Amino acid sequence: MTEPPASLDEETESGEEEMPDDDVERLHGAAVTVTNGQTVLHTDKAEYHDLIEALNDDDYGVCVDLCGADYLGNDTRSLPATVPAERFELVVNLLDVKASRRMRVRVQLPEVAPTVATITDIHPGAEAMEREANDMFGIEFEGHPDPTPILLPDDWQGHPLRKDFSMGRIPVQFKAVDGR
Amino acid sequence: MSEAEAEERASVVDPDDERMIINMGPQHPSTHGVLRVTMELQGETVLRSKPVIGYLHTGMEKTAEDLTYLQGPTNVTRMDYASPLFTELTFSLAVEALLEIEIPDRATWIRMLMCELNRMSSHLLFLATNGMDLGAVGMMIYGWREREEVLRFFEKVTGLRMNHNYIRPGGVAADLPDGWREDVQSILKVLPERLEQFDVLMTGQPIWRERTQGIGVITTEEALALGATGPILRSTGYAWDLRRAMPYLAYDEVDFDIVVGTYGDTFDRYAIRLNEIRESMRIVEQCLELIPEGPYRAEDRKVTPPPRARIDESMEALIHHFKIFTEGFKVPPGEVYTAVESPRGELGCYLVSDGGPKPQRMHIRAPSFVNLQTLPHMMHGGLLADAIAVISSIDPIMGEVDR
Repeated sequence: MTEPPASLDEETESGEEEMPDDDVERLHGAAVTVTNGQTVLHTDKAEYHDLIEALNDDDYGVCVDLCGADYLGNDTRSLPATVPAERFELVVNLLDVKASRRMRVRVQLPEVAPTVATITDIHPGAEAMEREANDMFGIEFEGHPDPTPILLPDDWQGHPLRKDFSMGRIPVQFKAVDGR
Repeated sequence: MSEAEAEERASVVDPDDERMIINMGPQHPSTHGVLRVTMELQGETVLRSKPVIGYLHTGMEKTAEDLTYLQGPTNVTRMDYASPLFTELTFSLAVEALLEIEIPDRATWIRMLMCELNRMSSHLLFLATNGMDLGAVGMMIYGWREREEVLRFFEKVTGLRMNHNYIRPGGVAADLPDGWREDVQSILKVLPERLEQFDVLMTGQPIWRERTQGIGVITTEEALALGATGPILRSTGYAWDLRRAMPYLAYDEVDFDIVVGTYGDTFDRYAIRLNEIRESMRIVEQCLELIPEGPYRAEDRKVTPPPRARIDESMEALIHHFKIFTEGFKVPPGEVYTAVESPRGELGCYLVSDGGPKPQRMHIRAPSFVNLQTLPHMMHGGLLADAIAVISSIDPIMGEVDR
């Protein structure tokens, strides 16, 4: 595993007290990895909301991006040993505008009922992005103020960015042609 | 509805309640495409409003999963059609981060030159449409005329006025053509004078100021909470610009100022964009001086195609060429988020690779999509006529909002 940045060490130690000793660097109880120079936290749906809140107190005050990802059929994903892999992931990119640094949070969500708490109470700007993730992956956000489709039509069936949603399924209607 | 129900409903209606809900768009010239806004009005005052989007959704993130990394830029360039080079750039940076390849200095500087010219053309388009929305119809023609100067140069370099597919993983598609310096210099020569004319036409003009000052105000805290970036955040006086805060390309080697506003109103957002054209011109001038000689794309034959002449004499070159254009190049597994400062704010690309030649997941963090959330906030309590000014000052590009 790659070494996390030195600045994390202090906070990591406090997190390790309550966590089992398993050689994984932790921040607020979530496993830390560094890929391509970017710090990533791994968590699950139960810890997610508290983690975002704790990071908000650490000055990661802007939720720049929130999106889903579907790992169906992808065996190349690398996760810390302590994080059980699930089919869906919710990826949240946070920004600290005071210290110009970024943090990414990857939340493992199960295939059946991928439901997670909303973070719109902490970051109101996540509202539209959560609606989009709901449209595209069927990830439901508990407590979201307006859980309606945002990019898809209201009567749309299915979640297009899931890997088992095939492309080109809708037949094109030609009005001028008889028999269609 | 039964009679009893109807009676019940009638009893809850307050006869003095003058609120009504009206719908603006999606086919409305001032909504910059297909934005629909549902507004609750009390007389002429806007109370609540909600942007309704999705009319231009074409599933580009799904399409991206079916295109190779080399074909990727053709897809993403169609998102923000007013500043296509930025989406190509953020996508290419993400692919290069996963590939862990270095790109030559000349490619970096060409990218920077082209992106700054694109920022100018995008802001000129904003000045044109912003002027038109607020009744300065002459401005529409002037803005478009100046933008055309830049697009003509783009056509010469990339072959296309828009949707260039010029910045690709590994570098750029082609070197700058002969005589590019003269072309850029001629743009830099005419523009300052024209910008001063815009100042006379709009900035200092009482009607324009009346129409924009104090309209659609937003504070720094609100902008940050809503995730707004770019000119909207800077208009509140917060100097946040990724080119300075987290430099990419060679922005740490050039001199430029971050333009900020004071009041966070429509006028500040207009003035920031106008002055950012001047700052971009400064960067372009420095590019002219500092741009190094050398290759314009990485010499890694697994990623960039070999020169045409090599194919005739080298079997390896032929194989590389064939593999790149049929199968595409493979990218090591991993995930990465890259961000650049587009004319509208932070433009990010989240890319997940499974080790194959096509992305497993490609997500574009579109600044317009996030910035639109500030709309209900800015319009609240304002007049219906000012709603047009506020929508225009967000400068949303619907292709990017809906993707």
